[in-house]
Amino acid sequence: MTTPPKSNGPIIAVDGLSVGFRSRAGAWLPVLRDITLSVGAGESIGLVGESGSGKSTLALAMMGYLKTGLHVLGGRVDFSGIDMFAQDRQSLEKVRGGRLALIPQNSGQSLAPNLRVGAQIGEALRLHSALPEARHAARVLDLLTQVRLPDPASIARRYPHELSGGQQQRVAIAMALAGEPEALLLDEPTTGLDVTTQAHILELLRDLARETGMAMVYVSHDLGAIARVCDRVAVMYAGEVVLEGTAAQILRDPSHPYARGLLASIPKLSDVCLPRALDGRPPPPGGAGDGCAFVARCAIATERCMVERPDLSRIADGAKTRCHLPQQVRSIPLSGERNAQQRQLPAELSLSLGDLAISYARAGLFERLTGRDTAKVATVDGIDIELRQGETLGLVGESGSGKSTILKSIAGLLPPLHGQIALRGQDDLPPRVEDRSAKHLRDVQLIFQNPDESLNPRQTIAQILAQPLKLYFGLSGQALIARTTALLAQVRLGAHYLERLPSQLSGGEKQRVAVARAFAAQPELVLCDEITSALDVSVQAAVLELLDDLRRDNGTSYIFVSHDLAVVKALSDRVAVLYQGRLCEIGPTVDVYGPTAHPYTEVLLGAVLEPDPDFVPSLSASDVVEQSPPARGCPFQRRCPKRLGAICDQTAPPPKTFAAGHTIWCHRDDLAAPQLS
Amino acid sequence: MAVTSTYRRAGPVQRFWSVIKDICSRPSGAIGLALVFSHVALALIGPFIVPYDYTTMNAAQMLSQPSAAHWLGTDHLGRDTLTRTLLGGREAILVTGIATPLAVLWGGLVGVFFGLVGGRVDDVLMRIVDAFLSLPWILKMLVLIVTFGTGIEVLIPTLAFFYGIPVIRIARAATHDVVARDFVQAARARGHGRFTIIWQELLPNVRDALLVEGAMRWSWMLLAFSSLSFLGFGVSPPTPDWGLMIADARGFMSFSPWGVIAPMIGLSSLIIGINLSADALAKALGIDRAQKAPV
Ligand SMILES: Nc1ncnc2c1ncn2[C@@H]1O[C@H](COP(=O)(O)OP(=O)(O)OP(=O)(O)O)[C@@H](O)[C@H]1O
Ligand code: SF4
Ligand code: SF4
Ligand SMILES: [Mg+2]
Repeated sequence: MTTPPKSNGPIIAVDGLSVGFRSRAGAWLPVLRDITLSVGAGESIGLVGESGSGKSTLALAMMGYLKTGLHVLGGRVDFSGIDMFAQDRQSLEKVRGGRLALIPQNSGQSLAPNLRVGAQIGEALRLHSALPEARHAARVLDLLTQVRLPDPASIARRYPHELSGGQQQRVAIAMALAGEPEALLLDEPTTGLDVTTQAHILELLRDLARETGMAMVYVSHDLGAIARVCDRVAVMYAGEVVLEGTAAQILRDPSHPYARGLLASIPKLSDVCLPRALDGRPPPPGGAGDGCAFVARCAIATERCMVERPDLSRIADGAKTRCHLPQQVRSIPLSGERNAQQRQLPAELSLSLGDLAISYARAGLFERLTGRDTAKVATVDGIDIELRQGETLGLVGESGSGKSTILKSIAGLLPPLHGQIALRGQDDLPPRVEDRSAKHLRDVQLIFQNPDESLNPRQTIAQILAQPLKLYFGLSGQALIARTTALLAQVRLGAHYLERLPSQLSGGEKQRVAVARAFAAQPELVLCDEITSALDVSVQAAVLELLDDLRRDNGTSYIFVSHDLAVVKALSDRVAVLYQGRLCEIGPTVDVYGPTAHPYTEVLLGAVLEPDPDFVPSLSASDVVEQSPPARGCPFQRRCPKRLGAICDQTAPPPKTFAAGHTIWCHRDDLAAPQLS
Repeated sequence: MAVTSTYRRAGPVQRFWSVIKDICSRPSGAIGLALVFSHVALALIGPFIVPYDYTTMNAAQMLSQPSAAHWLGTDHLGRDTLTRTLLGGREAILVTGIATPLAVLWGGLVGVFFGLVGGRVDDVLMRIVDAFLSLPWILKMLVLIVTFGTGIEVLIPTLAFFYGIPVIRIARAATHDVVARDFVQAARARGHGRFTIIWQELLPNVRDALLVEGAMRWSWMLLAFSSLSFLGFGVSPPTPDWGLMIADARGFMSFSPWGVIAPMIGLSSLIIGINLSADALAKALGIDRAQKAPV
C-alpha cells in the first residue's frame, strides 16, 4: 500500500467554505456559510444541529461531494493537502471509499441483498486496497473480527438479511475500513437502531478511533452519541458553526444560547422534569438577515444582535462561539423546570387489558380444514394492565417487542387471539373496529410515529381536522370552522395553517396537527406510538409539553410507547417494560427507574446515553436481536446476563410485587440496578 | 420565525393551472405540451386551412416532387401530400382520445377494486392479467377486429379494452401502496366507513398515478392505431391517415420519399410530444416514473 505523504497539518481542513443553491428568482441562497474547521489525525469531531442545519451537507462537502443543485460559493476543502473541489472525478473516486470513507445513514440496510457479506467486503478490498487478491479472504475475516462480529467465518457466508440491524451496521463499518481510511465520515450511523444496539456500535467506533488513529467526523442530532465518541464538537445552526470546542466545553456548560437551548431540550434520565422546548424554527436558507441567525429564538438578544452578525471568536474557556454576549449566556438554564409527575390521580379506571394475547400468524387453509391449531407462540401474550383516568403509562422495549402490536389491538385494527379490552372497568370493547359503537370509537384515539405517513398528503389541515368532527359530532359550516380553529389554537398553531397541505408544514407542526386530530374526538384514551421519534429534540420537547398541557386540561389518559427511556421517564406516571411481547416489569416510574429492576430493564437503562462526555454506559447483555419468543420459560432467557439456570428456561417466572404496584416477573430474588448518578 | 404565511390552498381549477404552469416551466414539458396542443388544434381546424381537398386526384400529377403548388409533392393518386399529412392525425386523435380515458377508467376501477379486496381473488386476477400481457398485443387485436370489423365503433372499445388491462396493474399497485400507509389505518381506527375511506383517502392519492399512466397509454395507443391502419385494419380509404399513408407510399419510397417522411414526422412529433408532456406531468405531480413497470 502506498502511504500518502505525511504532513503535520490537519487531515481535513475546511477553510471559509460557503455552499448554496440558486433560487427560482435567481439569487444565491447559502446552505453553508463561511465554515472553517479542521480535523487532525486521530481526532474525532462531532457535528450537531437540528435537521436542516447543514451538518450532512458539510460532511459530504468534506468528500468533495455536493448534492445536485448545490455549488461552492467560496472557500475550499483540503484532504491531506488535496484540494477536494479542484479534482477531476477519477482522482476523487480514488480517494473516496479508500483513504476517506463515508458511512451514510442506514448504511446497514443498503448492503446489496443478493451478495454474501464476505463477497461484498472482498469487492471493497478489490476497489480500495493494494492487497494482493490471494490475501483478500484472510483480510475479510480480519475486518469482521475488527468490528467485533462473533464467528467471522460464518458471518462472511451469510446474506445481509440473515443478520440483525446492528450486525448489518457492523458489516457496513467493516467495508468502510477495507481501504484503511485516514478519515471516516459518519452520518447518523446509529439512527433507527435500538438503544442497546446503538450503545454497542458507539463503543465499537470509539475503540476503532483509538486503535487505528483515524480521524472521524461524526454527524448526529444525538448529543448522547456525540458525547460518547467525540473529542471535539461543532454546533451548527442555519448553515453556520455557532460553537466549537472540546466535548466537555460544549456539553457541560456551552457558551452559546442555541447550544444551551438544545441541551435543555434533551430529556435525561437524571432529570425529574420535562425537557424545555426551544421555541421557533431556524430561518430558511437566505433568510438569516444581517444580524445573528439565532436572533429570533434567542432569550438574551439585544438591538445589536439584529443588525450585526457575530464572528466566531475564542472566549475565555478556549471554545469558539458566534455570539455577541458570551458573558450573559450562563443565565440561560440547561434543564427544564416543569415537573410532569406526582399528580393526584382519580381512582376510576380508564382502560383495562385482561390476559391479552395477540398473534400475527393466521391459521392456514390446511389447519382450518382439519381444525388443527398451529402450535405457534403468540407474538404478544399475558398482558394484564390497568390504567386509571388521566394516567400516563409508558410502554418501553426494543424494536419487535410488541409495543405497536398492543396499541393496534386496543385500537381495534388487529383482533387479539384472546383476552379482554375494557373501557372504564366494565365497558368491553369489541375486538374489531368495525363492530365498535360510535362512543367506543371516539373514546380511543391513536397517534402514529411518522406524521408524513399518518396525514393524507392530498388533504388540507382543515379537511384533516374536519374528519373526526364531522364523524363524531356531525359538525358543519360555521361551527365546524370555529371548532377546527380552536383545535389548532390548542396545539399552538394559527388559523392560517387551515388551508395548507401537510407538505407545507414542518415535522413538528405536522405532528401537532396529528395530535389535534386525536383530541378533536375528545377521547378518553390516546395511544401514542413513538410520536416524537421522527422529530428533532427541540421539537420533541415542545410536543411533550403539549401532551402534558392537554392531559391537564382534558383529563385524558395516555399510553405512550417509545424506545427512548428518558422520554418515557419524563412523561409517564407508570411504566411497563416489554420483552418479546411479554411483560417484564410494571410499576410507578420512580420504582421502575429505581434501584430494584428486572434484568432486562437494567440492560435497557445501562445502554441509555447521557449528553455528558464522562458518562459511561454499562453494557451487560449482547445486542443480538431475537426473532421470536422462546416456547417456554422466561422470555429473556437467551440474553439475560443474570440467568439462574434451568429454571429460567423451563418455568415462566412468577410476578413478584415489590413496592405498591411495582411488579417484576423474574426468578431472582436479588434484583438491584446500578444507581443513577 | 414565520417563514411564509401566505400559502393558499388551490381549488381544482387553480391546481390544474399550477400543474400546467409547472409543466411549462420545464423546457421538455413546454415543448411536449406545445406539440400536443398544436396537433389537437390542427385536428380541429385542419379542414379549414388545408390547401387542397384531400380526395381530389390528379392523374397528370402522380408522385410529383415538391413544388410551389404541392409543397410536399403528391401521392400515387396525385393527391396533395401536405393536405393529407395535415389531416392524417384527425382519425387517430379522435379514436385514441376517446379510447384512452375509457381504458384508464375501467382499468383503474378494476385495479383499485382488486387492490382493496386483496387475497386469493386478487392473486388469481393478477395471474390472468400477466398471462394476457405476455401475448403480443397486435395478435389479440387483430383477432377481435377481424371478427367484428374495422369501424370506429369497433376500434374504440377494442383499444380501450386492451389498453385498460395494463392499467389494472398500475392501479392495483398504487392502491396497495396507499392502503398500507398510516393515514388509511388512522381513518379505519377512527371508524370511517369503507366508502368514505376509498373516496377521501384512497382515490385522491391513486388519481395522480393514473393520470400519468393515462398520458403514457395514449402514446402507446396512437402507435397501435397507426400500426393497425398500416396493416389495413384501421381507417378505410380515402380518409387520410398517417399509418395508411405510410403503407401506400412505402413502395415509392426511393423516388418519392416525402410520401413516407411527412406522415412519419406527423406521427412521431405527436408521440414525442405526449411522452415529453407525460414525463413533465409526472414530475409536476411528484411521481417518479422511473419506478413504473414498463408494461
Ligand atoms: N404485519 C405483521 N406480520 C407479521 N409479523 C409482524 C407484523 N408486524 C409486526 N410483526 C412482528 O411482531 C412483533 C412485534 O412487532 P411490533 O411492531 O409490535 O414491535 P414494536 O415494539 O412496536 O417495535 P418498534 O420499536 O420497531 O416499532 C415483531 O416480531 C414483528 O416482527
Ligand atoms: S449574538 Fe445575540 S442573538 Fe445571537 S446568540 Fe448571541 S445573544 Fe443571541
Ligand atoms: S427469570 Fe431468569 S432469565 Fe429471566 S430475567 Fe430473571 S434471571 Fe433472567
Ligand atoms: Mg413500533
